Amino acid sequence: MQSPAEIVQHSGGVIGVSWLMIALPLLGAAILLLGGRRTDKWGHLLGVLMSLGAFAVAVASFVELLGLPEGERRRGMSLYEFIPGMVDLGMLVDPLSISFALLITGVGSLIHIYSIGYMSHDHDRRRFFAYLNLFVAAMLLLVLSDNYIGLFIGWEGVGLASYLLIGFWQFKPTAATAAQKAFIVNRVGDFGLLIAIFTIWTTFGSLAFRDLTADVTGQASQGTLTAVGLLLLLGACGKSAQLPLQSWLLDAMEGPTPVSALIHAATMVTAGVYLVVRSGAFFEAAPTAQLAVTIVGVATLLAGAIIGCAKDDIKKGLAGSTMSQIGYMMLGAGLGPAGYAFAIGHLITHGFFKANMFLGAGSVMHAMNDEVDMRRYGGLFSVMKITAVTFVIGYLAIIGFPLLSGYYTKEGIIETAMHHNPVLGWLAVLGAGLTGFYMSRMVFMTFFGKKRWADDAHPHESPAVMTWPLIILSVGSIGLGAFLVLGNRFMTFLSPAVGLPDPVPTPHVFGVGTAALATLALVAVGAAFAWFRYGAAEVPALAPRGSFLTAFARRDLYGDALNEALLMRPGQWLTRIAVFFDNRGVDGLVNGLAAGIGGTSGRLRRVQTGYVRSYALSILFGAAAVVGALLYVGNM
Amino acid sequence: MGETITFWVLAVVSVSAALGLVFSRKAVYSALMLGVVMLSLAVLYAVQEAPFLAAVQIIVYTGAVMMLFLFVLMLVGVDSSDSLVETIRGQRFWAIVAGLGFALLLALAIGNVVFGPAAGMGGVVTGRDGYMPALAAEIFTRHVFAFEVTSALLITAALGAMVLAHRERVRPKATQRDLARARFAGPQPSPLPGPGTYALHNAIDMPALLPDGSVAATSINRVLARHELEEGFAPTDPEKAALIRQVLEKDAARDADPVEGDKPIQVKDALQDENALQEEDGK
Amino acid sequence: MTTHYLVLSALLFAIGGVGVLLRRNAIVVFMCVELMLNACNLAFVTFARQHGNLDGQLIAFFVMVVAAAEVVIGLAIIVMIFRTRRSASVDDANLLKY
Repeated sequence: MQSPAEIVQHSGGVIGVSWLMIALPLLGAAILLLGGRRTDKWGHLLGVLMSLGAFAVAVASFVELLGLPEGERRRGMSLYEFIPGMVDLGMLVDPLSISFALLITGVGSLIHIYSIGYMSHDHDRRRFFAYLNLFVAAMLLLVLSDNYIGLFIGWEGVGLASYLLIGFWQFKPTAATAAQKAFIVNRVGDFGLLIAIFTIWTTFGSLAFRDLTADVTGQASQGTLTAVGLLLLLGACGKSAQLPLQSWLLDAMEGPTPVSALIHAATMVTAGVYLVVRSGAFFEAAPTAQLAVTIVGVATLLAGAIIGCAKDDIKKGLAGSTMSQIGYMMLGAGLGPAGYAFAIGHLITHGFFKANMFLGAGSVMHAMNDEVDMRRYGGLFSVMKITAVTFVIGYLAIIGFPLLSGYYTKEGIIETAMHHNPVLGWLAVLGAGLTGFYMSRMVFMTFFGKKRWADDAHPHESPAVMTWPLIILSVGSIGLGAFLVLGNRFMTFLSPAVGLPDPVPTPHVFGVGTAALATLALVAVGAAFAWFRYGAAEVPALAPRGSFLTAFARRDLYGDALNEALLMRPGQWLTRIAVFFDNRGVDGLVNGLAAGIGGTSGRLRRVQTGYVRSYALSILFGAAAVVGALLYVGNM
Repeated sequence: MGETITFWVLAVVSVSAALGLVFSRKAVYSALMLGVVMLSLAVLYAVQEAPFLAAVQIIVYTGAVMMLFLFVLMLVGVDSSDSLVETIRGQRFWAIVAGLGFALLLALAIGNVVFGPAAGMGGVVTGRDGYMPALAAEIFTRHVFAFEVTSALLITAALGAMVLAHRERVRPKATQRDLARARFAGPQPSPLPGPGTYALHNAIDMPALLPDGSVAATSINRVLARHELEEGFAPTDPEKAALIRQVLEKDAARDADPVEGDKPIQVKDALQDENALQEEDGK
Repeated sequence: MTTHYLVLSALLFAIGGVGVLLRRNAIVVFMCVELMLNACNLAFVTFARQHGNLDGQLIAFFVMVVAAAEVVIGLAIIVMIFRTRRSASVDDANLLKY
């Protein structure tokens, strides 16, 4: 087993100006937001330019990083001393963060370009691009920061951007509510992260990643480490929509589709995985927390898959699938160094094929007058060939069709899990089978079968500015997995940042192990069942009532109902009790006191008769009392 | 021995006078009683070897301050006597209780102390020309600052009294022209008839007669008439007596309610005071 | 003898105090206050002789000066109130109350 490399403090070359990655989109957001309507005409172009600029810096940094010897591939640089000698803000460019930076800027730029077409009819397009730029900047700060403070600032920044973009069409009450829900649920996770950061600070006296190496973290007590791990996991659950904080992600689909693709599929929701991998030193030292991560991952991957099976809304189906895939990544991240490379690899390939499918779904919606109900689609393959082909490529990638991207990374996770704990492994296999079913269902309902369009629907292929990003993403969906996994290319690349597992696994072009074959078989069964139900058979235009299980899945596994019953209602009762106590108890006390003082004063003021003679009388009594007291004291 | 006799005589006098001051109804009597107390105290000062204070007591207190009191009494109304009905509940009872209690307390305190024989002022006077130089030396050496401050106090007081007593004239002084106009605007342009016109004799208490021989109501001297009526010296002439009674009743009604009562002289606007004076003069 | 003088002083003081409390005519009230001041002066003069120095007499002298000033101002105030309210009764000036 090989530990992560030391972080080298260095600030030369392109990596020395890697802060430009954050600064460029931030500048773009500032110009677009402060410039107001004056920037309407060219705002979207500026947004794309800034995103591309950040991508260029990321690529240049990546190339420079590749040119360094392996042991020096972790470059840290201090930018600003926040609390001198204790907390400083700085950048950490290492294989892990540069992988994220490439994904964020690369997929982000493609989605920026796609949005030019998708948002062309929206008169607030400039604002949209400002928020997108803000998101890119915050996300880059999250992954490039060299300590937990910067990570947290970015963490909150992406939360803000997510809130703004989900509620971009805030005139829709559902969008406004969804934005608030996302924000509030994320707060729960953020508290976990905050408390974890506090605990780390008080325990280890530093928040910089370079100080929190395995040697240091291993010295703390097991209880502290488990607590830190679980709190970090809570933060990760909030941001990555893992159980039990999953409820916001499905509602977040109210936002524009590029947002769903960029933030709620490809990048932001994977921040939790990044957090767990980056904090690997804590999790490796706390097996209980690590076990919790895998359990959360498996539970979420199954829950997401079940939800995905029942949704007729194409975007919500994809959202369920996102939950499920992030569950896989969490599972991988919980497996230690053996799983890190696969988790991050799956994260990257997923970024490609999920963005691909989301943008494809957006293209379909664009063609179908923003209809999202798959029961009103059908037979779209013939009218929008590019969208359909790219979507199908993404589909094949996600279900793990052999030799495509998803196959390698997902298989890697399943194999590692199986090796680690067979129960987890078999549950992951089951999840893969479900994936095969619901994704096939989606494809068959959308692109094949009979036309069930609304009367006024005239579907057409989207403009080139939307199809080209699809094509590029689909290329990534095909080959990226094989490129990363075969020959352990990605694992070796990441090893300076996260370390290497002891027996380095040998990846096969086509695995023939039990798990691999079982997965393939289950996926095939799922796909066949989907074809039988939705491809060959008639799909009713109105959703049938379905079994108990269908209703269960349609209602998001009663997640909202559970939150309502467990948290909202008791909360309301608590506030009511508090209000009652405030009204009767506190107010009563205060008002009673005031009334008592007022009444007493009202009676006492009668003493002020206005007659100087009665005042003189009291003065005489007072004088007598003073004389008497003096005599008494004098006689003592 | 002489001092003891003086003390007891003056003590009785001053305490009686003080009681008289408190309990006499008329303020003038109270002022006189205060004068008695002050004079008695002046003598007691003299007896107690304080000749300067005795002189000051007589000159400043009895001479100046008491005169000031009397002047103000005259301004405010000499004959305004206090009503003896107490309006504040419990005031009289508690005042007497407090007063007696206080006196008792002080007497107890004094009675508890045993004084030796008085040192007397002889020691102060030795080496000096007498009391006055000794006192002057004290005032102008040790207490010269307090003395200067009291001069400032006195100047301030004098200034304050002037400011307080000063009345700003808010209307222009009435000229002869104004007076004449007011008079001719009123119901009685001519002077009021003097007493005794057409009558048998011209004594001040004799009302004038009208050409038909009846009594002119406007010529009746009200002060005298009231006095005559109160003392029971009603005129023998029944007609005249009835008229006087009528006029007085009318005056009383006017005093009680100036609006409802019959007003003998209607005076317009600003010149009420002057007119009233003129009316008095006319009689 | 000192005791006698002091008791007389206390008696006069108490009588003055009762007068202040009982009388309503502002001028008479003022006279009672003067009576109290005079009673104090008597006590001062008595103590001066008892101790054989001039301090008591000096204080009595200053009390007289202050009393004179006080009388001047007090009477001016009474006159002013009488002008506006046509009354010299201390009970009539009772607007400053609850």
